[in-house]
Amino acid sequence: MAQVSGIADEQISTTLSSHTILLRISRFNPEHDDSSQFMEFTVTYERWTTVLEAILDVKKHFDHSVAVRYSCRQATCGSCGMIINGKPRLACFTKISELNSNVVTVEPMNNFPIIRDLAVKFERLFDTHQKIKPYLIRDDSELESDEREFLQSPEEVEQYIQFANCIKCGLCNSACPTMATDSSFVGPQALAQAYRYVADSRDKGKDSRLKIIDDSHGIWRCHFAGSCSQVCPKGVDPAMGIQLLRGYLLGFRS
Amino acid sequence: MRESTIMKIHYGTALAAVALVAVHILMRLTQGFAESLEYESVIANYKFIPYAAMLELILILLAVHGFNGLRVILLELKQGRTYEKAVSYGCLAAMIALIAYGSRTIIMTNMGIV
Repeated sequence: MAQVSGIADEQISTTLSSHTILLRISRFNPEHDDSSQFMEFTVTYERWTTVLEAILDVKKHFDHSVAVRYSCRQATCGSCGMIINGKPRLACFTKISELNSNVVTVEPMNNFPIIRDLAVKFERLFDTHQKIKPYLIRDDSELESDEREFLQSPEEVEQYIQFANCIKCGLCNSACPTMATDSSFVGPQALAQAYRYVADSRDKGKDSRLKIIDDSHGIWRCHFAGSCSQVCPKGVDPAMGIQLLRGYLLGFRS
Repeated sequence: MRESTIMKIHYGTALAAVALVAVHILMRLTQGFAESLEYESVIANYKFIPYAAMLELILILLAVHGFNGLRVILLELKQGRTYEKAVSYGCLAAMIALIAYGSRTIIMTNMGIV
């Protein structure tokens, strides 16, 4: 375990009004480590400093080998999901000041294989996402010159629009208790996206999608813990989508 | 069989079992608890055909519901084609065996063989 205290001189001069926290970063390289270890860094932060910025600060000043995936820094790309103080969150969307703790612990997301440190493999997420056919299915997808686009009423849009906000960050899959034990489970992200397209009035692929999720490791393995909805940074409610999808399969919805 | 069909049966058996077990408990309350468990009382219950039929139905409902629940739990614990087939057919076989054994008891008692 490395203990690093103090910060770079250049930073001291610009952060006189800032506070400090102990940032604990989980380090693990599957190629030569048996188990993960925490490295601790004392970092300064302002009211607006995000966990991602603190990690990048550590990379810049203390240890450039810390592995973390990030891109947009504005909760749009879905790259920087991780466990922050025990809860799956986006590092770029979580301010240190809102955690109300002098110790911030960051770990890789649960239920994903670790590439290194905080970076995890997304293959299973993308595979299950692709499996449910995340696109509009129509026979007449090519518009003729005299036709208009597929218009929808506000009520029809309301049926699915919140599920279209999914950024595929994987936090819902990380929080899901079924994902932890069932390696073949489709997962809340893919199920929510299945509902997004099934509920879309323009889509004609409902039957094929329902057939895909009506599997022994499909929609019926959800125990409605609701953790997926709790952690979604975009306000998507996968648990509700799953229940609504079950309505189609049980014959309550058509 | 599709998983949605299995789960419809799962939910249906649960609801029906709750209703029938409630009737069963109410029937037991018509006499004292200790009295209802006496040998003659139990034999009399089995020989009363409507009640014996209800007990048979409860046996089937709970066996179907219970063993499907066990199957679901086991499928979530471990995955693999061979394992999953073994679990599914094993639970089906155990369910049939339990229903057969319970039915044998009800039928034999009803016919006065016991």
